Parts: sequence; structure tokens; C-alpha cells
Amino acid sequence: MSVLAVAEHRRGELRDVSLELITAGRRLADATGGDLDVVVVGGDVDAFADRLDREGVDTIYTVDEGEEFNHEVYADAVEQLHAELEPTALVAPNSVNGLDYVPAVAERLGVPLITDVIDFEAGDGIEVTREQYGGKVETTYDVDADQYAVTVRPAEWPKAEAAGDAAVEPFDADVGGDLGTTVNGFEEVGGGDVDITEADVLVSVGRGIEEEDNIPLIEELADTLGATLSSSRPIVDNGWLPKNRQVGQSGKVVTPDVYIAIGISGAVQHVAGMKGADTIIAINTDPSAPIYDIADYGIVDDLFDVVPELIEEFGGEAPDV
Amino acid sequence: MKILVTVKEVAEVDDEFSISGLDIDESSLEYDLNEWDDYAVEEAVQLSEADGHDDVEVVTVTVGPERAEETVRMALAKGADRAVRVWDDALEEAQFLDLDAKAELLAAVAEEEEPDLVLSGVQAADDANGATGVALAERLGVEWAAVVNSLELDADAGVASVRRELEGGVEELTDVELPAVLTIQTGINEPRYASLRGIRQAQRKPLEVYDLEDVGLDESVVDSPVERTDMYEPESEGDATVWEGSSEDTAEELADFLRDKGVVDA
Ligand SMILES: Cc1cc2nc3c(=O)[nH]c(=O)nc-3n(C[C@H](O)[C@H](O)[C@H](O)COP(=O)(O)OP(=O)(O)OC[C@H]3O[C@@H](n4cnc5c(N)ncnc54)[C@H](O)[C@@H]3O)c2cc1C
Repeated sequence: MSVLAVAEHRRGELRDVSLELITAGRRLADATGGDLDVVVVGGDVDAFADRLDREGVDTIYTVDEGEEFNHEVYADAVEQLHAELEPTALVAPNSVNGLDYVPAVAERLGVPLITDVIDFEAGDGIEVTREQYGGKVETTYDVDADQYAVTVRPAEWPKAEAAGDAAVEPFDADVGGDLGTTVNGFEEVGGGDVDITEADVLVSVGRGIEEEDNIPLIEELADTLGATLSSSRPIVDNGWLPKNRQVGQSGKVVTPDVYIAIGISGAVQHVAGMKGADTIIAINTDPSAPIYDIADYGIVDDLFDVVPELIEEFGGEAPDV
Repeated sequence: MKILVTVKEVAEVDDEFSISGLDIDESSLEYDLNEWDDYAVEEAVQLSEADGHDDVEVVTVTVGPERAEETVRMALAKGADRAVRVWDDALEEAQFLDLDAKAELLAAVAEEEEPDLVLSGVQAADDANGATGVALAERLGVEWAAVVNSLELDADAGVASVRRELEGGVEELTDVELPAVLTIQTGINEPRYASLRGIRQAQRKPLEVYDLEDVGLDESVVDSPVERTDMYEPESEGDATVWEGSSEDTAEELADFLRDKGVVDA
């Protein structure tokens, strides 16, 4: 069985997940002693190929088309290379761009796709593990197909580090001339006066706070502790706090000494932004909330009872909410 | 102009729950309109309310059992014009509907409706596959964009100018030719609450129910090479110390800890 992994890059940088794919892809290929090939589409493909040359990679295919990600170019190139190599497994990152072309490629190729895979057992076919219901349960799926595609969750596999000796081959893909989707540029959002990535202590609020009028309770706690206030995504989506306070995949990645998650469930996209904190403390009524999987300390209780007590512990006065 | 919005009723799991067989026990589930689809419905309704868009029709499509009509009515109450629901005994009996089945079912309805724009949610909160919208676009042979958090429509030019929300606070500015499928991200707008008047009106709005034959498909749509083999509560990887006791006690434990850590001097 052979594996084809599709690397990801953005604005001149190979993304870490590309090297994680090599680890996952190698493990998959090893199960049956097959090849692991990697393809990189667009940008400075030769420089990317250099970086992708890690132990366990057999051939790196470069498709020199365009600078940045365009899903039609990716879909065409991957589909054509797939037809030539006929790999058993197509492996790509479960990233925002991965989810913008892999489902289309899988449809075109007529292969089953399993997304956001966190583990797998390969042998005769593959059994994959993924999460469901907000990470409260894990499920396994048997895929009974000669060819299949999976997108793997970022930061689940270690990056491939050791240098390799892969062959590098340009692949001449015939990508459609008339692109119905045009990427015009990028913009960074979430700037402003506060930089939560600089904070030593973050007090972070989630949907458990229920209403905008209750936010001052958490603000008061942050003030009392001399900490910085941050939040999960729904708080920002609702407009209760500005975008520069959002922790997570589409917000900021923070690494404070102490992160206090209050009424936050610990969804994968949130955890992506805070799992590097030294000490994680969770206050959440739900003992099965995934935040407790990564927390060092926890209080399984109502935040509206605990937080006022905590403020008073430090001589502050909890606002009436 | 016609906008088709894919709407899913999702299951939410209670804090205390049990698993029976390969799924969460029915008694531990509550159902609601998928959060991402709520934003998609709102986006479509806002487009239909915008100046000069009097002729925009918003149609929702749902694959789901009769129970899902509560969710569908909610979308109608928020301003969608009419709804389509597809269900069938063969779907009911399937272990689950894989990506391909969902795309095929939705495509069958879309081919009938011929919308100019399809709005889906980025993902369904329960399964979190995050792939249905793009698979649907490919099946229909139309353009698409995934994870859209801003949309400006130029209906005359037939172009949707969108922002795709990438990782790490970067947004991609992209033009997509219509017809297209866009998967809508939370935060793109402020979903409204259904008004009482809206809820009353929703009862009278058309809600058509189709079975597989009605949409030109047969039972083979549920055939899948993918089979669920297990569902379980993950072993907690961490070993969190959980402070027990009254709120006063636990707050004191936490306060002592923070003092020991030197987080606060007080
Ligand atoms: C492409 C993409 C990108 C995303 N990017 C991000 C991101 O950058 N950051 C992010 O945070 N999310 C992101 N998300 C959203 C993510 O999937 C979750 O929806 C979100 O993190 C949930 O936020 P939450 O934990 O505050 O809310 P919920 O998941 O609703 O959790 C609320 C928690 O509060 C608890 N609670 C309720 N009441 C109380 C109480 N009285 N006392 C104590 N606890 C209580 C509940 O038990 C629950 O665990 C993204 C999603 C997608 C698809």
C-alpha cells in the first residue's frame, strides 16, 4: 500500500502540519511496507521540497503552479497525481484549506473521505478514530475500500525531524485555465491595544457566562488577579469582547504561566490556542467537558458560585450579575 | 434569485450521558438547529432583505426525520420562505449517513431547485465532518468557498466576494463566481431570535417532504464502505486535580494555589 500526502504552505512558509503528515503518512505506509510520497503545490516548490525531505519520504512531487493556495489548482493537481500513483491512502491536513479542496478531490476520485482523524490502525484496510459531539466521545470507523482519503488533525502527530534522501520530481499538472475562484490577498485581523499572547496569567471566559451582562464578573476577577482577560470564540462572535481577545485556531495562540478557563468546554479549535499554557485551571459544571482532559486543576461547579468567592478571597468585590 | 440553505438538526449531549451500542443513548440527547446553519440562514435572510433584493427566495433543505421539522420551522420563523425535508425508511435504517450520501441527497434537491447560491454551515456541531458543503459543490459542478466569515454579493456580476477565515487571525480575500456553495462560519452576522409573529407565520409556510423516490434516488444511496465500529468516552489523558467541596472551599483551594504560584501577592 502506498500513501500520498499533500503538504500545506501559506505566504512563503511551510506549515508545521506538513511535517506531521509525514509522520502520520509514514506510519500508515509502514503498516504494509509501502511508499510514502509527498506532493507540494505552488509557491517556492524547490525550497519546500528541501524542507519536506525527511526520513521515510520516498518521492517528493513538486507542482510549480501559482504562489498561494487555490482550491482548483490543488484539486486538479492532486487528482491527476493520484491517478498516476494510485495510492491507497490520500492524506491531507484537517486545516481550513484542507477542508476547501479535499472533499472535492474525494468526490472526483470517488473515494471515501474521513475528516479530522486523530488516530488510525492500518492493516487490511484502515480503522480510524475521530471525535464526535464536541469531543465528548470518540468513535472508530472501518473503511473497507481499496482507496480512501483522510484529513488528519493538526498537532496530533509529532513533526518528522530527521533528514531524508527523497527523490524530487516535478509533476506537470494540467490545471484548468479558467479559475472560477480568485484569491486577491490576505488580511491580518485581531490587532489592537491588548496583546493576550504577552500575558503571564489569562482569565478566559466562554459561553458558560450566558449573557453579555455577566461579563463584568469575569472582568472583575481578572482585575483582582492582575490578569488579562481572554475568551473562547462564541464570546467574540457575539460581539461581547473584541477579536483580539480570542484564543484558539482562528484567534491567538497563547502560552501563559496560568490559564484559567471559565465556562469553556475545550473544543479542539480552542485547545489549539492554549494547550501550551504551563498550568491550566478549568471551572466548568460538566465533568465530561473535554477541557478536563488537558487541565491540571479543576473545579466542577457553577462559575456563578465559584467566581464571586474567588474574587472575595483576594479582597475584591464581585459585581452583581 | 434563489438561495438554498442546508440546515441540520444536531444532537446535543447532556452533561451526564450514556452510550448504548454505537451511539449516545437517546435519553441523553437534545436537538437543536446547528449553530453554523443558524448563521447561514441569517445570512440568506439578510440578503433577501437587502435593498434591491426583493426577488430573493430563501429555501432550506434538511435531511432528517419528522422530529427535525421543529428545527426547520425555526428557520422558517427566522425568515426563510419555504422548506424541503428529505427522509426515507432506508435513511432511518442506515447506521449513519456518510459524506457521500449527504452530498448526494442534498445535490438531488439542489438540482431540482437550481439555486444561484447555496449556503451551508462550516460543520455540524455533532459530527464535525466539515466537508459536506464542498462535496456538494463538487457534485453539482459549481464553485465554492469554505469557512466564509464575510460575504458581499454582486448578483448582477454573478460574483460573491468573500473572506475565508484561515488559521491564526489571517483572512483570505476571494472572489467566487456564482452559482456557488459557501460554507458559513459563526460570527459572520448576528442571528436573530424568531419573533412570535415569525413563529406564527412559519406554521403556514410550505414545508415539502420528499422520500428517496421523489428526489430520483434509491436505497443504494446509503451504501457505504465506512462502518462505525465503536463509540466510547475517551480516557482522560490528563490527570487533573479536581478540588472538591463547597464553592467557598474550592475557591479557597484555588486562591491558595495562585498565591503559592506567586500569581497574586495578596
Ligand atoms: C474553523 C473553526 C475555527 C474555530 N476557531 C475557534 C477559536 O479560535 N477559538 C475558539 O474558542 N473556538 C473556535 N471554534 C469554535 C469551537 O468549535 C467551539 O464552538 C467553541 O470553542 C466553543 O466555545 P465555548 O467552550 O465557550 O462554548 P461551549 O462549547 O458551548 O461550552 C460552554 C461550557 O460552559 C460550561 N458551562 C455552562 N454553564 C456553566 C456555569 N454556570 N458554570 C460553569 N460552566 C458552565 C458548559 O458545561 C460547557 O462546557 C472554531 C470552530 C471552527 C469550525
